[in-house]
Amino acid sequence: MLSFFWFTGLLISLAILCCLYRAIVGPGIFNRVAALNVIGTKTIILLVVMGYFFERPEFFDIALLYAMLNFIGTLVASKYLEKGQLWS
Amino acid sequence: MKKRISEMAITFGLLGLFWILLSGYFDGFHLVAGGICSLIVTAMSYRLLFSERRSQFFRTSWRLICYVPWELWQIVLANIDVIRRVLHPRMPIAPCLIEIETPLRSEFALVTLGNSITLTPGTITVSVDPEKGKFLVHALAKEPADALLVDQTMQRKVAGVFQEGRTEG
Amino acid sequence: MVIVDRIVILIVLAGTFVTLAGAIGLLRFPDFYTRLHATGKCDTLGTGLILTGFMVFHFVHYSSTPLVPIKVLILIIFVFIANPTATHAIVKAAYRTGVRPWHLGEKRR
Repeated sequence: MLSFFWFTGLLISLAILCCLYRAIVGPGIFNRVAALNVIGTKTIILLVVMGYFFERPEFFDIALLYAMLNFIGTLVASKYLEKGQLWS
Repeated sequence: MKKRISEMAITFGLLGLFWILLSGYFDGFHLVAGGICSLIVTAMSYRLLFSERRSQFFRTSWRLICYVPWELWQIVLANIDVIRRVLHPRMPIAPCLIEIETPLRSEFALVTLGNSITLTPGTITVSVDPEKGKFLVHALAKEPADALLVDQTMQRKVAGVFQEGRTEG
Repeated sequence: MVIVDRIVILIVLAGTFVTLAGAIGLLRFPDFYTRLHATGKCDTLGTGLILTGFMVFHFVHYSSTPLVPIKVLILIIFVFIANPTATHAIVKAAYRTGVRPWHLGEKRR
């Protein structure tokens, strides 16, 4: 079962590499912000998988925190790109 | 004044419950520390949880819970549709922008409908006009766009949850 | 025990396949809005499936700590609410700034 978790982590890392291509190449800034949001969501999955692989329950708290940080980061970036400033 | 105290009490209770669920320790030190932290956070933010509409809260929440399984089934269908279009060698997409109208006006109802439109087959919410209830929607191909425009299944279901836009309650 | 292990492997493999399909969609689609279609839907369901598989695994194998899967459940609910909202926020920002949608027959962007 542990080797299956390692294999899942490897596949998720492969998906993150695909999104990294879009983050580097994507024409314009919006493609890059979207790719970073997707990388953040896949990082949450990776953290939970690693928490079960290394049998440490602290990783779930870190995953919850990183989910919130990723969400707020994407919202702030899109608000800045829409309005030109952060306060309206 | 009484409404404020009940709001603060419910917020404090929910935050304390959340603390206990996340920490997992039930001894004295952790409970007292959780109580103090919940108290500080409640004092700063007790107004954020409740909005003005309190009349039909429990019935609306019950209908919302009954709406969730249908929504989960739609999410699964949506993903099968998108994966078929991604992995197909010819990639059959024909994007277009549509505008739909709903009788919903409250914030929570508009947010639920917007999230449901984003999560269901072939459509994303682009822009919401909260005064007139208009949604600008980007559709991936013709069939999901028709399902949203012509059938109006989802609008009927969400309006059924929130019971707005009708003459009788 | 073995049959629950097989169900968990099935659920997690399905979730990983959906997530990978979302990443491939990010590379393959020709326009910004269509790419967000792929990631907004596939990412959310992929996360939900993989984390559900892990929750089932935890309930069966490590049943001495029943409070830990509740954290994972809170994570699932949060991702189901937050991911579409973030997708909508960035699509709205792109639309208001003037990114035009792609129509059939144009060049890739």
